[in-house]
Amino acid sequence: MYRIVDKKVLNTAVVQLQIEAPLVANKARPGQFIILRVDEDGERIPLTVAGVNKGNGTVKIIFQVVGGTTKKLSCKEAGEYIQDFVGPLGVATRLDGLRKVCVVGGGVGCAIAMPIAQTLHEMGADVTSIIGFRSRDLLILEDEFRACSNTLRIMTDDGSYGEHGNATVPLKEMLEAGEKFDQIIAIGPLIMMKFVVATAKPFGTPVTVSMNPIMIDGTGMCGGCRLTLNVDGERVTKFACVDGPDFNGYEVDFDEAMSRGGMYGVFERHAYEATCNLFGKVGE
Amino acid sequence: MAKTNMSPSRNVMPTQDAKVRAHNFDEVALGYSEATAIDEAMRCLNCKNMPCVDGCPVKIRIPEFISKIKEGDFEGAYQVITRSSSLPAVCGRVCPQETQCESRCVRGIKGESVGIGRLERFVADWHNTFSTEVPARPVSNGHRVAIVGSGPSGLTCAGDLARKGYEVTVFEALHTAGGVLVYGIPEFRLPKRIVAKEVEALRQLGVKIETNVVIGKTLTVDELFEMGYEAVFIGSGAGLPNFMGIPGESLKGVYSANEFLTRSNLMKAYLDEPQTPIMKGGRVAVVGGGNVAMDAARTALRLGAEKVYIVYRRSMDELPARREEVENAKEEGIEFSLLVSPTEILGYSNPDDRRDPENGFVKGMTCIRMELGEPDERGRRRPVAVEGSEFTIDVDTVIMAIGTSPNPLIKSTTEGLEVNRRGGIVVNEDGLTSRNAVYAGGDAVTGAATVISAMGAGKTAARAIDEALSR
Repeated sequence: MYRIVDKKVLNTAVVQLQIEAPLVANKARPGQFIILRVDEDGERIPLTVAGVNKGNGTVKIIFQVVGGTTKKLSCKEAGEYIQDFVGPLGVATRLDGLRKVCVVGGGVGCAIAMPIAQTLHEMGADVTSIIGFRSRDLLILEDEFRACSNTLRIMTDDGSYGEHGNATVPLKEMLEAGEKFDQIIAIGPLIMMKFVVATAKPFGTPVTVSMNPIMIDGTGMCGGCRLTLNVDGERVTKFACVDGPDFNGYEVDFDEAMSRGGMYGVFERHAYEATCNLFGKVGE
Repeated sequence: MAKTNMSPSRNVMPTQDAKVRAHNFDEVALGYSEATAIDEAMRCLNCKNMPCVDGCPVKIRIPEFISKIKEGDFEGAYQVITRSSSLPAVCGRVCPQETQCESRCVRGIKGESVGIGRLERFVADWHNTFSTEVPARPVSNGHRVAIVGSGPSGLTCAGDLARKGYEVTVFEALHTAGGVLVYGIPEFRLPKRIVAKEVEALRQLGVKIETNVVIGKTLTVDELFEMGYEAVFIGSGAGLPNFMGIPGESLKGVYSANEFLTRSNLMKAYLDEPQTPIMKGGRVAVVGGGNVAMDAARTALRLGAEKVYIVYRRSMDELPARREEVENAKEEGIEFSLLVSPTEILGYSNPDDRRDPENGFVKGMTCIRMELGEPDERGRRRPVAVEGSEFTIDVDTVIMAIGTSPNPLIKSTTEGLEVNRRGGIVVNEDGLTSRNAVYAGGDAVTGAATVISAMGAGKTAARAIDEALSR
């Protein structure tokens, strides 16, 4: 059992938990993920590490309530326990040697983008952060990004905060203005990452994307997290849990990944509603 | 003592009726009664040269435990078995006895061999039901050994070392101990409570089991030595599933057998209101002919499939699954589509509506007929496609059960650990790897194989570790 030492409700749909897991805290690096189960018989879900505190052996996770499992997790309070917590899994984001980087975060993906921006900042790199949300009430981590970014652009789809438009708008503007990034690191909804790649392509800027497919074991056993890369004209199957979660954005078949992500859509909606009936609304 | 039972036929294993069991996850085979077990034991001739023992990868003293059954001393029989095997209730169920101990049985020359596996299962189940004996915890010899993975090889190695007084810790990546015994082999063939019981027996011997630790990630092999472990056994099992490389394998409704079975077994997706989803019902094709393919097909059937096909590119003679499993599958209504190989999985696509929820789901599979050509290097006749023989079957789910490749996690984080061309860890006859004091066995070494061969490897390594550390 793993104790929740702190809980923060970041907005109406996003919750942050700090969980006691010293072995994971000791090893986790930006870009890696953990797998947890809320209770016995619970589903295994992957969540990317949003920060660690080696001092007290805790790992921070930030998640959006989308289905039954995240709903149940959001109802846990500080002092309570979750059943299982394993990691760190996957390969850490490669940041060595980067001097000037654009970090693009979309929605809850900002939770993963933030420790990457922080690490780059600590390395002395020039960090441009673009963080996008549907609207002002879904905004998270503004102060944290401000603290580690040389330039910060906040975007909302409805214009209720920051600038109006999606994350690719300022990216395109900067690239057209002649900004030269060593690397763009995009983390967020698949559709956002797909369009970040399309935006960067004419300029030839390398793009790393963080994939978050459906997973079960997360250790290279089940193959559920597979995705297809187009490498030099060849279609290659890769596994996000051991080969990723980061991939070269130019190689990822996003359309296939989006389709696969919807495999259990009906089930998820049903599970979410069933759990809501049990627990009431998040944050209450 | 009563006379030897000279019946040429063994006692029949009582099973659930095929029509009933096709719709539940309860165990198929029901086990011998005490009277039947004694009657079957009486068929054993107690041969002096014990050919059956030679056929057993862990060298169980077979005639000796059968003699105890003859006397009605079932606990005594159990004690004989556990001197050699840490997992008798498991082996009695899933070992391919017909190609091992039973294939050497003298009674098999002019009739059926003694039902050794069935007797082993009976003895283990009798012990688990009636025995209250708690095994004495051995006196510690002060040496610490780490085991990576709690599957059959790891549990065997742990049990053998614990009995000799070693302080053993087993590190398991998943949330439940048992490895393939819990995520892979279905409930109806090996109930999870049986595995839990065997694991509990090891705990009583003093074996510590740490779940949720991924060696290679949470801790490395080198860190285990820093923590004071003097030897490490790697039994991390098979790894990533293989796919055929044909179009359509990423469609929704295509599973690897590992994923399908893990969802159903470990994550209990077979329950009525599961928390982990799985595609149930419809028409299912399982590609492959091994035991894993049979398990996947029979699981799909029990989850409510209206039709399940086994699609295998060779003929029944080459089909590698155990005969008993094939017979069970046939009885339950699974259709064998033999000398057939898939060429493409077809998906639904509505050109007028990109938001159609059916888009991207499997709707069929194109296959081609095969014929057997010249034997390959292993002597199996190579299947060759018959030109122009393509046909399509209607299916909603396709399960690929065509083997696995070793897991890369430990190799990539353990310097100096040699692996072969296919990624399997290289070991010598003692299970020792290219790294000092690091041993390995089971699927991590051989690629997908059987539970008992993994147990044999765990046993070999335990002996070698004991010799090395007691020197």
